[in-house]
Amino acid sequence: MTTVATVSEDTGYPYALSHLDSLESEAVHIFREVAGEFERPVILFSGGKDSILMLHLALKAFAPAPVPFALLHVDTGHNFPEVLEYRDRTVAEHGLRLHVASVQEYIDAGKLRERPDGTRNPLQTVPLTEAIQQHRFDAVFGGGRRDEEKARAKERVFSLRDEFSQWDPRRQRPELWQLYNGRHAPGEHVRVFPISNWTELDVWQYIQRERIELPAIYFAHEREVFNRSGMWLTAGDWGGPKEHESTETRQVRYRTVGDMSCTGAVDSDATTLDAVITEIAASRLTERGATRADDKMSEAAMEDRKREGYF
Amino acid sequence: MTTSTQSAELLAATTLLRFATAGSVDDGKSTLVGRLLHDSKSVLTDQLEAVEHASRNRGQEAPDLALLTDGLRAEREQGITIDVAYRYFATPRRRFILADTPGHVQYTRNMVTGASTAELAVVLVDARNGVVEQTRRHAAVAALLRVPHVVLAVNKMDLVDYAEPVFAAIAEEFTAYAASLGVPEITTIPISALAGDNVVEPSAHMDWYGGPTVLEHLETVPVSHDLTGCHARFPVQYVIRPQTAEHPDYRGYAGQIAAGVFRVGEPVTVLPSGRTSTIAGIDLLGDSVDIAWAPQSVTLRLADDIDVSRGDLIAPVGDAPAVTQDVEATVCHVADQPLTVGRRVLLKHTTRTVKAIVKDIPSRLTLDDLSQHPAPGQLVANDIGRVVVRTAEPLALDAYADSRRTGSFLLIDPADGTTLSAGMAGASFAAAEEPPAADDDAEWDF
Repeated sequence: MTTVATVSEDTGYPYALSHLDSLESEAVHIFREVAGEFERPVILFSGGKDSILMLHLALKAFAPAPVPFALLHVDTGHNFPEVLEYRDRTVAEHGLRLHVASVQEYIDAGKLRERPDGTRNPLQTVPLTEAIQQHRFDAVFGGGRRDEEKARAKERVFSLRDEFSQWDPRRQRPELWQLYNGRHAPGEHVRVFPISNWTELDVWQYIQRERIELPAIYFAHEREVFNRSGMWLTAGDWGGPKEHESTETRQVRYRTVGDMSCTGAVDSDATTLDAVITEIAASRLTERGATRADDKMSEAAMEDRKREGYF
Repeated sequence: MTTSTQSAELLAATTLLRFATAGSVDDGKSTLVGRLLHDSKSVLTDQLEAVEHASRNRGQEAPDLALLTDGLRAEREQGITIDVAYRYFATPRRRFILADTPGHVQYTRNMVTGASTAELAVVLVDARNGVVEQTRRHAAVAALLRVPHVVLAVNKMDLVDYAEPVFAAIAEEFTAYAASLGVPEITTIPISALAGDNVVEPSAHMDWYGGPTVLEHLETVPVSHDLTGCHARFPVQYVIRPQTAEHPDYRGYAGQIAAGVFRVGEPVTVLPSGRTSTIAGIDLLGDSVDIAWAPQSVTLRLADDIDVSRGDLIAPVGDAPAVTQDVEATVCHVADQPLTVGRRVLLKHTTRTVKAIVKDIPSRLTLDDLSQHPAPGQLVANDIGRVVVRTAEPLALDAYADSRRTGSFLLIDPADGTTLSAGMAGASFAAAEEPPAADDDAEWDF
C-alpha cells in the first residue's frame, strides 16, 4: 500500500490511519521491540491464518532483511495435510528455520497419554513448553487474539511465563502506553501476542488487502465429514468416525485450523476471500464457538490450559 | 461483528478508536458496556448463550452481561472485575477497542493502564448521587494521563424522572472541575444504560437533550488531529542491515513514529549524540514513501553514515527535545512493593532502558481534592506522586504534556523485572501548578 491509499478519505483528517493500518503499525512495533530486546525469539506457526498473518507482518517489519526469528510448530499428529504442505512450502520460500515439537512422538515414547475423547489440542502444552526450554527460547510469539475468548481477553501483549511456562493472571504486569516490559529471569520467557487487538474480521480483511495466500481448507470445498456433538469433523485416520457415527459429503470450509479431532468445519459456499468475509460479517457465532470443541469443556477451559502453559 | 445488513458497509475503510470506561462499582458500568455491545449487535449468539447458561447456573433470572467481560475464574467467583478487559466492537463508521477498567479505588493503577492508550474516557456517574469523590478521581486520572476527550455519562436518568435540571447541575459541576484540571474536551450525555436511553438509540424520554448518543459521539469524535504542529519524534527500535547481495549497503532505522510528521529531505538530529544528517528515504513496510506520520511504523534511511542504534531518538534539527539526566515527573505507582527515596531502578523510556536512582519524592497527590501531601517518604500501590529521578545516561525526554509517547516512562525493579511505576515527565496537570510548600510554619523546627 502506498501512503496515499491508506488515508481514510471520509474522515476529513489528513493524517488519519485506517483501522487496518493502525493494527498493522502496532503489530510491527511489537515484532521490532522483541527483535531489539530478546536473544532467542521464536514464532509459533501452525499454518493457520493467525500465524500466517503474523509471519506476513514479521516479513514486512524487517524488510528488506529476512525475519530474524525461527518458527516452531507444535505438530499434534492430526494435522490437515494441506496445512503441513503449506507450512513446508512457506518455510522454504522465505528461507526460514523450522522447529517441530511432535505430540505423536511424546505419545509413542509414553510421555503423554491419548485422551479418551481423542482430542489432542490440550496435549500440545507439554511438547510446547519442553521445546521452549530445550531451545532456550526467551520470547515466543503467539497468534492469540483477545476477541477469541474471554480468558485471552485478559492477557497482556507481553505475557511473562515462569520456568514452567505457567500463566498467572493475578500477577500480570500492567501494560502502559506502548512501553512493553520484557524483563525476565533466566529460564522464564515472555509470550508475545502482536495481534492481540485484531478481530477475526480484521484478520480476514487484512489477508484480502495484502493478498496473502492461505491453505485451501479455509475456502469452501467438498469434504467427507461426520457429526459429533453438533460439529462437522473430518473423517480420517485420527480416529473418526466411531461405529455409531456416519459420514457424509458436504460443502464446508474452516474458520480455524487446529487439530483435526477438535476443529469443526462450517457449511459454506464461500470459495473466495470476498465470499468468506461476507459470510463472517453476517455470522452470529464466534469462530471458536462455531468450530472448537476443546473450548466447550468448561467455562474456564482456556484459562486453565493457559495457566499450564498453553498459548 | 455485526449483522448481515451492515456487512457490506463494514468492509469500507474505517478508523479505530481506543477508549476507556471508568465508573464506581454501582454506577452501571457493566450495564453500559453490555448495552453498547448488545445494541451494536457485537455480542454473538454463542457468547450470549454462554452468559445465559452461566447466569442460570448462578440462579440469576436475567443474563448478567458482566460475565461477557469478566473472563477470569476469580472474577466470576467474586462477581467483580479485577483486571482490565479489552473488548472489540464495530459499527459501519468505526472500529472500537474498549478498555473496560475496574472502578474500585484500589484499582487506580488499572484505570491508569486503560487510560494510557485511550483517546477518550467515559466517566460514569449515578444521576441520583451526582459528582462524588470517585468521579473526581476518574476525571483527575484522565487529566493526568492527558486523555484528549472525556465523556461524562450521567446514568440512571430513569430514576430521576429524566429531569433536565438534575442532569444540568451535574454536567455543570463536572465540566467546571474537569476544565480546571485541563481536560481539553468534555462532552456530557444523560443516559439510562438499563433502559437504553441515549446509549445507542436516542431517548424518547429526554426531548430537552439535543446532543449525540454515546455511540454517535464515539463514532464521530476525531481520532487524529493536525500533526503538522507536533514535534516530530522517532525512537529507533532496531537497525535493519540485510547485508545480502540484493541490498549490500542498506542500513535502515526501524521504529514507530511517536509524534508528528517526517519527510524525505528533512535535516534531523540524532539524540543523545547530537549528530545531524538528512532523511534520505522512508520505507513504509516495504514501500518507499515521501512522507510518514505518527503512529506509522516505518524505516528511516539517513544520508550520512553516522552511529545510530536502538534507544536513540531522531528529531528535526531545531525541534529536538533537551537531553537530561535529571527527570522530574509524576508517577502512578503500580506495584505492591513501595517506591522509596534512594531506590535503584531501571527507567524505560521509548526504546531506551537505563539505570536510575530515585533522588526525591517531593509530594504525593490526594486525588479527591488534588492537594499535595508533602514529603510522603514513599509511594505505595495506586499512589500518584511527584518524583525526581537521576539517570545513569542522558535521555531525550519531552514533557508528557507535549507528547504522551516520548514523555512517558516506566520504572522497573532491576532484580525481578516488576513494573513499579508509570511515569509522566514534567508538570502533572495542564494548570502546571507547583506543589505548595509544606505549611509547617506552625510546627516547631527543632
